Amino acid sequence: MAANKTYWKNAEQLNENSPLVDQLEQKEFAEYVPVNEFLEDKESLEDSSTSRRDFLKYVGFSTAAASLAACEGPVIKSVPYVVQPEQIRPGVANYYATAIADGFDFGSILIKTREGRPIKVENNPDVPTLGGANARVHASVLSMYDTQRLQGPKGNGADISWEDLHLQVGAKLNALAATGKDVVLLTQTFASPTTTKIIAAFTAKYPNVKHVSFDTVASSDAADAFEDAYGVRGLADYDFSKAGAIVSVGADILGDWQGGGYDSGYSKSRVPNKHHGKATMSKHFQFEANMTLSGAAADHRVPATPSAQKNILAHIYGALMGTAVSTTLSDAHQTKVKAAVAALKAAGNKAVVVSGIQDKGAQALVLAINNALGSEVMDVASPRLIRQENGTEVKVVVESVVAGTLGGLITVGINPAFTLPEGNAFAEGIKKLDLSVAFSMKEDETASAAQYIAALPHYLESWGDYEFKVGHFALAQPTIRPLFDTLQFQDALLKWTGNEQSYYDAIQDNWSASILGGSSWNAVLHDGYFSTNRTIKANYSSSDLSSAVTALAAAKAEGMELTLYTKTGTGDGQQANNPWLQEFPDPITRVTWDNYLTVSAADANAMGLKNVNVANGALNGSYAKVTVGDASLTVPVVIQPGQAKGSVGLALGYGERMGVQDEMQIGVNAFAFYNNASEVQVATVSLADGYHEFACTQLHNTLMGRGDIVKETTLEVFNTKDKSHWNAIPMVSKNHMEQEVTSPEVDMWQNFDRSIGHHFNLSIDLNACTGCGACVIACHAENNVPVVGKTEVRRSRDMHWLRIDRYYSSEQTFDGDLTTKENISGIGDSLTTFGRMEEASENPQVTFQPVMCQHCNHAPCETVCPVAASSHGRQGQNHMAYNRCVGTRYCANNCPYKVRRFNWFLYNKNDEFDYHMNNDLGRMVLNPDVVVRSRGVMEKCSMCIQKTQKTILDAKLDGRDIVDGEFQTACSAACSNGAMTFGDINDKESKVAELKANDRMYHLLESVGTKPNVMYQTKVRNV
Amino acid sequence: MRKISLDAVAGVKNIILALVITMSFTVNAQDADPIAGKKLFNANCAACHKLNKKAVGPALKGVSAKYDKEWLYSWIKNSSAMIKSGDAQAVAIWEEYNKTAMTAFPLLSNADIDNILAYTDYTPPAPVASAATAAPVAAQDSFSNDIILGALALVFAILVVMLILVNRTLQKIASAQGVELSSKVEKPARRPLWQAFAQNQFLVLISVVFLLLSSAYFAYGFLMQVGVDQGYMPVQPIHYSHKIHAGANQIECKYCHSSARVSKHSGIPSLNVCMNCHQNIAEYNGEEDLENGYTKDFYTKEIKKLYAAVGWDEENQQYTGKTEPVKWVRIHNLPDFVYFNHAQHVQVGQIECQTCHGPVEEMEVMYQYSPLTMGWCINCHRETNVKVENNEYYSKIHDALSKKYGVEKLTVAQMGGLECGKCHY
Repeated sequence: MAANKTYWKNAEQLNENSPLVDQLEQKEFAEYVPVNEFLEDKESLEDSSTSRRDFLKYVGFSTAAASLAACEGPVIKSVPYVVQPEQIRPGVANYYATAIADGFDFGSILIKTREGRPIKVENNPDVPTLGGANARVHASVLSMYDTQRLQGPKGNGADISWEDLHLQVGAKLNALAATGKDVVLLTQTFASPTTTKIIAAFTAKYPNVKHVSFDTVASSDAADAFEDAYGVRGLADYDFSKAGAIVSVGADILGDWQGGGYDSGYSKSRVPNKHHGKATMSKHFQFEANMTLSGAAADHRVPATPSAQKNILAHIYGALMGTAVSTTLSDAHQTKVKAAVAALKAAGNKAVVVSGIQDKGAQALVLAINNALGSEVMDVASPRLIRQENGTEVKVVVESVVAGTLGGLITVGINPAFTLPEGNAFAEGIKKLDLSVAFSMKEDETASAAQYIAALPHYLESWGDYEFKVGHFALAQPTIRPLFDTLQFQDALLKWTGNEQSYYDAIQDNWSASILGGSSWNAVLHDGYFSTNRTIKANYSSSDLSSAVTALAAAKAEGMELTLYTKTGTGDGQQANNPWLQEFPDPITRVTWDNYLTVSAADANAMGLKNVNVANGALNGSYAKVTVGDASLTVPVVIQPGQAKGSVGLALGYGERMGVQDEMQIGVNAFAFYNNASEVQVATVSLADGYHEFACTQLHNTLMGRGDIVKETTLEVFNTKDKSHWNAIPMVSKNHMEQEVTSPEVDMWQNFDRSIGHHFNLSIDLNACTGCGACVIACHAENNVPVVGKTEVRRSRDMHWLRIDRYYSSEQTFDGDLTTKENISGIGDSLTTFGRMEEASENPQVTFQPVMCQHCNHAPCETVCPVAASSHGRQGQNHMAYNRCVGTRYCANNCPYKVRRFNWFLYNKNDEFDYHMNNDLGRMVLNPDVVVRSRGVMEKCSMCIQKTQKTILDAKLDGRDIVDGEFQTACSAACSNGAMTFGDINDKESKVAELKANDRMYHLLESVGTKPNVMYQTKVRNV
Repeated sequence: MRKISLDAVAGVKNIILALVITMSFTVNAQDADPIAGKKLFNANCAACHKLNKKAVGPALKGVSAKYDKEWLYSWIKNSSAMIKSGDAQAVAIWEEYNKTAMTAFPLLSNADIDNILAYTDYTPPAPVASAATAAPVAAQDSFSNDIILGALALVFAILVVMLILVNRTLQKIASAQGVELSSKVEKPARRPLWQAFAQNQFLVLISVVFLLLSSAYFAYGFLMQVGVDQGYMPVQPIHYSHKIHAGANQIECKYCHSSARVSKHSGIPSLNVCMNCHQNIAEYNGEEDLENGYTKDFYTKEIKKLYAAVGWDEENQQYTGKTEPVKWVRIHNLPDFVYFNHAQHVQVGQIECQTCHGPVEEMEVMYQYSPLTMGWCINCHRETNVKVENNEYYSKIHDALSKKYGVEKLTVAQMGGLECGKCHY
């Protein structure tokens, strides 16, 4: 039975007698308000110079002053437009299609603007390529309102005008051209056809200029292998929705691997759809060192150190191609490789192998395997163009800057002085150049070393055209007038080339000349994307790979292997000053506001590294000293179940840096270890002094020890057994008769009639959810959820309305759990076996479960509110009237799902919480349709009532019925994986009504009898 | 009184004017009718022309003297053809007025044009004596009133003095005759009323209870109106009269507050909406309210404020580009935690603006008519029926719900309009 599997969130929970876990399970608010400390301390009471009378005087005075102040209302001014733009109507949102291409994240998106201010990023569902925004893209709208942005160009540290900058840089360029000294234009990957032309014109005018693309986190080896095999530089694209079997060797396909954005296709193949009575879904094998989102989603996750991954890939190649491989694998790996190869063979041309190993040979093997399989999943005719770095070129540039042999350097949208391991030397090198210009949004390490800083606009203030993959184009348009005195790089380059055209005109010219082919510019700008059937001639030229196989098979670990990775929230770190992303809990570790060394439990034991939970449930981790080559860092440790033994992981994109406010200067800069742009390094790790205080939401909001939370089964059981076997409704006994808990017979509550009008339900498919967290950020943006900062998160006071719970399970496989349990005989055996079953496995299975307010039809929170601030609406939403709330917190105590959040402080206009809500610029992102809550008020998910009400009003205004799909919440709209479906179950034709009738459907804690309006679909694993 | 007399004067003026015009038209040899001309002028020409002032087109006073009549006929009927043909005069005018061609009026007959020209040439005769005499009459009236009032006051004063004198004399007579005046007789000392009251404990208790209750009542009343700004009537940067616009000129509310139809905000109209009309209405010629100082001149000055704000150069009839947005004082302020949507009420609910905003068409200065309290909202939701006719959205829900409640028409409350979350999120 699925429900009897033991899930645990933290190793501490497995300790049966842990008083800490008991305490956390019993108490919603882990930390008391320290009243006793103060009152019991007689000395401090006596020392106080404030007498009782004084105190009463203060109270009296402040009450009187407050009430007097309240009597006089402020005078509010309203300033209408002088000439109102036609398309802006105050109070009505406008949507514009645009595209993000910041060098790390690429995609076509929609921007919601209110009164001319961009306030939210939405997916562009019509787009065929990269139309789903991830958490970082959702948060990028806040990065525009960043107070740390450059407000204008600078020259030698002082503000200058753009005219002066053009003159001075132009003069220097001419001088350098005259002397023939080399200048390098080091840019992010643009993937922009017009920019390519502009750069070509520039290098034609200045032949001494060389353009080099630089990716902060590169995929150069894969591009090299692709170039060898197909003659064109690019990255093979994959459509995982077609996949039948996926074998990934070290590729985090649901993360940022090769530009990311693969999760929506992946999820499509992961939902078991019944065809002709039998359900099918893809089978996913993941061989990896760090625990990633892909590993969490996989049916078979195999921990393997980076060197073992190389061996495994060689063996997979050998088994598929019939080549003998000299070395042998460990038994555990050998069985899994066999199973994986069998699955690949069974899936035929629906099979695919991918790899994240940064080795040209390994990438060549992958291409060879997929070619041999005839994989439909891999698309080589239209490769991705969003990672263009060529490692060797970059290496030459870096060396020449450090050595001082270069004449000039122009950097655009990158910060190599921070993201290169030799960053300091690079910055020193820049200072010695004849000309250095940094196009940047921030005064970062590279910009401050350069002579000229050309302030770049945010992408939401810019024009742009992109070709994400061959034949798939996107247009970006400004959604607001530039906030500061900024200029796009392309505009500046046009000027330096002596071209008076603007970038916008250049894009239009280029498109009508060579891309549009008769299609309307306005139509494409409106849609945001444009697809042609242009492809490359992809003829696979095979080469001799035997040496590559031998090399991979012979790979051996030379010590502890460090895998550097990018976090779901922070990515390459260019949005480090974005408080939404800093407070975003990492999907796997649930740690906010930090990066850390992930270590396997076995290695941690061996090295004496510890994770401990302190009295209030917060996590502390010991420090470890990590050394790679000459560089060493002291990093806090998180013990990560599933981490391959002999490997450690560390996230890039953190650390003290320039252009980032103090609160966000956290973690360590792992780029110090990023030698040769390789994510895998050999490191030595040793215990260091002291403990680090994490802000981890891991142990928070445990569900009070009640089980029945995550339901899970296997595809085989799902296909062969009845629903009652794998998704049984809990039974209760009434008059000694077993009855289903959902039956009205056993209900204490009177049922409300919800058959008329709308009845909103949200379905969450645990199979499609990858834990990517786009919904969490979308919820933040839509509902003005405050950021509380690291210390408050550590006190369990995070305000996320929507959290994604991550559960580990005990046994390595689901079958393992079942067999162990079934083999129990007798009471004595059951005691020992159940005890043993609770022990942590080295490689647990992972399940993600997004939890927000469940909008119970029989809501426990409503009955305990003394002031009726929490009440129920007929449409199924549980309402929260903030202005009525007096902050007793009874509701949070009585909520079985722990989804209510209390405003312990005033989080806006408060210097103690100096995030975006504390400055005029940051507050521009607030949604004007949702109130900003004040101190002492309980808040929670409203099921985006402002959005459902808007949809209803739109229908009323048009005098029409509402079509299925119109109702959306912020989270369901943000989920490009199809894991969240929102709608009206009274509309019998709707998708959500269909899902409610699905066999996989269950409610969270059904036995409590709350009858929630949020439902979950049982997770099915294809093992 | 005074106002009525002035109106009467204006009426007399009009009659005299009409008489004079009729007289002059009988004198006019060509039989052109300036009264008919005025009508035609207002219907066809007034959008771009004024009599004494440049507007989009030139001032038309005495235009017939400047141009040949035949030329005017063909110009008015089809000006652009004349410009094309290269007529020197025509081209000169066209160039002077920013190369904007005048609308062609092929439907106007020569007689019509004659009438219009008669109107534009018409000079009203010098003010007639009656208008001049009206004022002194009114002045005389008030003068005589003062005299009468003064005389009456004097008479009363004399009476009072006389009475005092008589009283004194009588007292003297009485004392001389040895009569004891009753007021001087001593009465036995009585317990003062307050002591009697203080000793009656029941009475004290009752009055204390009464006092407490009544003070609680008033304190509650006082506190409940804290933050309720009913009647709030701030001074605005431009004296905009809804009475003139919505009342006298009957401009539909949603012409200016157009976003009330689609948005949660009714919107303060942007200044370009004002200029739709005020490009041509540079001065006020309507009724005046002299008691409050709202003269024609006053209103005209307010229009000039609009021009300054929007950057309209009246002289050259073009925008200067120098704008100064108007900072209106917001009158209706709902707290942040309340969501109110105008479109829902105005467009879907078909509620008259006046239901909440009061008789705006009578307001010289706009003020908050309704209390805008939650009780006030809720009350209306309880009493108002949902307008469901011809709205497909409601058809299903309404049928089912009205069957459930056994009513024919549903109130907003029955539709769920009392739920907290409908307005608070």
